Amino acid sequence: MRLKSIILFGILLQSAAGFGQEPSEMKKIKGGTFVPLYGTDSSEIYVRDFELDVYPVTNEQFLAFVKKYPKWQRSEVKTLFADNNYLRKWESDTELGKEVVAKAPATTISWYAAKDYCACQGKRLPSMDEWEYVAMASETKANAQTDSIFNKRIVEGYEKPKTYLKPVGSTFKNYWGIYDMHGLVWEWTSDFNSVLISGESRQDVDTERNLFCGSGAVNASNLMDYAAFMRYAFRGSIKANYSIQNLGFRCAKSLKQ
Amino acid sequence: MKFPNSILLAFCSIMLMFNACSNGPTETSENAIYQCPMECEGDKTYTVEGSCPVCKMDLKLTSEETIVDDDADLDNSIFNLTSKWNTEEGETIQLTELNGSVLIVVMIYTTCKAACPRLVADMRNIREKVGDSSARYILVSIDPENDTPERLKAFAIENQMDGEEWTFLQGTVDDVREFSNVLAVKYKQISPIDFSHSNIISVFDENGVLKYQQEGLGVDNSVLVSEVKALLSE
Repeated sequence: MRLKSIILFGILLQSAAGFGQEPSEMKKIKGGTFVPLYGTDSSEIYVRDFELDVYPVTNEQFLAFVKKYPKWQRSEVKTLFADNNYLRKWESDTELGKEVVAKAPATTISWYAAKDYCACQGKRLPSMDEWEYVAMASETKANAQTDSIFNKRIVEGYEKPKTYLKPVGSTFKNYWGIYDMHGLVWEWTSDFNSVLISGESRQDVDTERNLFCGSGAVNASNLMDYAAFMRYAFRGSIKANYSIQNLGFRCAKSLKQ
Repeated sequence: MKFPNSILLAFCSIMLMFNACSNGPTETSENAIYQCPMECEGDKTYTVEGSCPVCKMDLKLTSEETIVDDDADLDNSIFNLTSKWNTEEGETIQLTELNGSVLIVVMIYTTCKAACPRLVADMRNIREKVGDSSARYILVSIDPENDTPERLKAFAIENQMDGEEWTFLQGTVDDVREFSNVLAVKYKQISPIDFSHSNIISVFDENGVLKYQQEGLGVDNSVLVSEVKALLSE
């Protein structure tokens, strides 16, 4: 009897958090071609139609996730999958506490945890190309890469401190109906480790094609896009078990072909 | 990390106490080291519980059980990955099935014309220098869509890497990406048949814990070889 009521309570708790029953809202992104800062040897990239979460995953959503999957709780997680900063500011394994804003983007989460969160929702992390494709949209244009005011605004957003404390949805809604691509937190992508511009890449990476050799800037397709530089450099400098205060994530989904 | 460690430590000490009660002090762990909390005798340590001969205070446990360290280490084991892989022999395995062997791991793809042949040569070279055939040499494809088990088998034969100690692995695109993250290997597909990738050879102990990484092509592999030999002789 007591066990039953505990289970019942657990179910109630979960439905209250809304996890697993009401997947977070997504918007369809119409695919197309674009030129990312770092691309393939044919510099235009084609992105297929896909769906993307409207908002980054929040702390309260991630809390519901770790309650359901205890292996992702702070004291349970394997060091292979998350470093010591993982969920560092949380009050406990299953409480956010005072320092963590429930509606703010979930951060100090490793790539492995983010990946599994999305997988458990039947989703996946967006690829870097997909993320960048959506990130180049301003409020009115799908591609605002050449809009200098838009780019300047993004860079200024990077300079603001502690934006990870703001609730999701507090920045602008872009052309696709997606919020917070800029101005709150950096976001994990599925293939973030395909950026080969870290220090050691010059000696360790197959540079026959000189794609990543020497200064990254020389090969960059859009020298104006300083904000994108910062993003790629950041991705190139992190590892999958890092849990960083201003790095969150959102999920994507492929559309049936 | 402090929290669970201290619990474990407390647990270990409780276990020690039980041991002491039921089986006598001879059963205490060899790894436990006790020291006077006031350090009356400097750095002097004891392997059994008791009191300080100078100040008579109870000796304090100073070193953690090695078991605690091992657990922390196993947390880092690649055997925590649950992904499934196809081998060049057409078998499906999980990494944990490689448990018990020292592993030398590299990521390549078979159509690679530039760095991979040299990486493969490096692997063969390491194999020769290590000599002992109990270590296993694992080549993981970063191009799982093209590198089928059949293709990997053909590549193994072509490169005289078809012995028992060589294993080629094909995973899913996602699992390969995850594996590369564990190895801190970076790669990017730059055309349908080409990848740019880091050239890193990694050594894992028999528990799947990363022990050494060699970065670069055609570099002096003597350090890596001595690491492998040291692990094999443990």
